[in-house]
Parts: sequence; structure tokens; C-alpha cells
Amino acid sequence: MSATIRTTQVSREARLLGIGGYRPARIVPNAEIVERIDSSDEWIRTRSGIATRRWANEDETVVAMSVAASGKALAHAGITPDQVGCVVVSTVTHLYQTPSAAAEIAYKLGTDRAAAFDISAACAGFCYGVSLGADMVRGGTADHVLVIGVERLSDLTDQTDRSTAFIFADGAGAAVVGPSDEPGIGPVVWGSDGQHLDLIRQREEWRDALFAPGGPRMPHLTMEGNAVFRWAVYEMAKVAREAIDAAGITPDDLDVFVPHQANMRITDAMARALKLPASVVTARDIIEQGNTSAASIPLAIERLLETGQARSGDLALLIGFGAGLVYAAQVVRIP
Amino acid sequence: MASTEEIRSGLADIVNEIAGVPAADVQLDKSFTDDLDIDSLSMVEVVVAAEEKFGVKIPDDEVKNLATVGDAVAFIERVGT
Repeated sequence: MSATIRTTQVSREARLLGIGGYRPARIVPNAEIVERIDSSDEWIRTRSGIATRRWANEDETVVAMSVAASGKALAHAGITPDQVGCVVVSTVTHLYQTPSAAAEIAYKLGTDRAAAFDISAACAGFCYGVSLGADMVRGGTADHVLVIGVERLSDLTDQTDRSTAFIFADGAGAAVVGPSDEPGIGPVVWGSDGQHLDLIRQREEWRDALFAPGGPRMPHLTMEGNAVFRWAVYEMAKVAREAIDAAGITPDDLDVFVPHQANMRITDAMARALKLPASVVTARDIIEQGNTSAASIPLAIERLLETGQARSGDLALLIGFGAGLVYAAQVVRIP
Repeated sequence: MASTEEIRSGLADIVNEIAGVPAADVQLDKSFTDDLDIDSLSMVEVVVAAEEKFGVKIPDDEVKNLATVGDAVAFIERVGT
């Protein structure tokens, strides 16, 4: 009765140690899409900024893309798979209810029985995962956490839906969160607003889709674009400001702004609403990649590093927002 | 309460800032879509900026009824009083 429980609590900070992405091989230009939605290349570019997107083939599964992205992230971080203590996967397109994608990914990567689980936080999932990973590292629950955002949104996209068919895309992004002497991940500002769950959602549950009167069909994703735009730009600008304040910095301290690549019009309007200094580089990976939900932020960071627009040690503001509605933002140092 | 001309002029500044349309072109008889080339997403930005500037609430359902600059000015005059 009098024994004291020993805990793993440690005193250390966390940061992103490495990042890696996987972009499916197939590049789909607007020209391949316009006929089905009675649209034009110019209309899609004006409305979304998107020129091309990537769609996965049969072999580029949620797990395969995640393993590829994770291998790059581990190499970038300079650690081996056996050093990974936990794998957190954010996805809404792993079409198994159970088991998780994370357990299979942890096994295929060759981790030493790392803890593994999936989370459902849609387009905010990567920022949710980074927050969980940072807390695990700070709390001593794991030394290195692999956070993966991965989607095959093309599987759940209605190719004739004028409001989503040109937006959604596929890909995977992974980051290693590990211990650090200096703080590398600021406090998360996050939340949910379930009152607006209808704005972005799966059209129907699987049971209704499978037993539909006309035969089985995919339960496609739907989105009310204008309402989402308004929420994303103005409510999320407030959340982004809170994350900057919570990290104890000012917008002038930022080097990079990496919002979820939802739509370039949202990114542009949010950057205007935030009044970010002209020196801040804003990620625009969406032009070539489309909207990959949970994968979009790590993919955009990887691109900024590859193109030299961001450097290791830069201060970046990340913000993810999406179906739920859910959102999360934090200031991090680029690995 | 601002005059019709003051509201039109204020809206013109907003449209200019968001869509780059010359403020002088933003006249009461102009259609946001057909004459000023404001698409639905830019219209959301215009509406939010107008709400802030004039201290009014413009519900999403109402936005589709605001075809012309004159419609928007009349709505703001009506709910602003």
C-alpha cells in the first residue's frame, strides 16, 4: 500500500528531427479532370491554385506510401527504426476499420515493437500528431515518435463532384519527433467545432453505402466550399495568431508559414488576414500536389527544404484544419 | 448611419483591396460577378470585410441575393439601421 509508483517523467524538450515525403508517381493535370466536371484549367487554377495533383496507383497503398516517407524521415533524422518508440498515423483513407495502419507500418519499417495507433483528425491530423509526439518525448513516454500523415483521397472522391474532384489528392509525409536541448515545438493551440460537422464529411456511413438500393457505392467526401473558406480564413487566422503568441514570438520572428494545403485561395487570404511580414516564405505545394489532407504539411515542408526556400533551424508556423471541424497550430523549428 | 454614397464608397475600397478592381468601377448598377469579376470566394472576403467595416451581419443565405453593388448597399442600409 505504501509503495510509490515509479514514472518515466523526464525534463527535456522536443523538436522535429527529420522529415520525409512520398509523392505518387502519377501526375494528373487539370486537363484530365475538366471534362467530368464541366470546368477548365483556368477555372481550377483561379479557384484553387492547383495545376496538377498526384493520384496513387494500386501498389501505392496507405501503408506503402507511409513506409517510403518514413524511411526518408528516419534517414533525415539520423536514427534507425529500432529507435522509434511510437508510430502515430493520421489518415481518413485507410479503408480498414481495424487493425490500424500504424501497426503494419511499424512492423514493415522494422521497428522494435514500437507502440502504434491511428488518429482521425482529418486535415489537422499532422499537427495533432506532432503535438502528441512532442508530449510523449517531453514526458518520457517515447524517445522518438514517428508522426505520419497519409491519404489516398482519390479513393473517396466523387470524380464528378464540381466542388471536390479537382482538389483532393494522394500522398504521405512523415516526421520524427525526438529529444532536444532547446525547445523546438511550441505549445499547440487546438480544438474542435462539431456544430459544423456537415461542412466537410463522408456523405454516408459504410453500411448505407454498401447496402444502397441501387447497389454498393463508395461513400464519397463532400464539402461546402464557401462556408469552409470563410471558417478556414478568418477563424483559423485567429488560431494561428494564438499559436504565435503561445510560443512567445512575434510574426517578425517567423521564417516560414506552412498552412494545410487546402486551397491556395485560403492560404493567400489567411496570409493577408495574419498580416505576415513579406520576409515570411509561404508554402504553396498545393500547385503541384493538390490537397492531400493530413499529408500536406509534411510534404510542403519537405518541398521547402528541397528547393532551398527553408533551412534547418528556421521558425515555422504550422496550422492544420479540416473535417470535424478540427484544427491545430504550433510554431516549430524546421528540422 | 452612413449615407448610401458612403457605404458604396466603403464597399468600393474593400473590393479594390481584395480583388484589385478600380474603386471608381464599383458603382451601384454593377454586378459583382459579371461586371467586376468577383468570384464566390472573393465575395466571401468582401462580405467579411463589409461586416467589419459597417458593423453588420450578412448571413451566408443572404449573400447569394446580393447580385449588384446596389443590392449590397441596400442590404447594409436596411440591417444597419
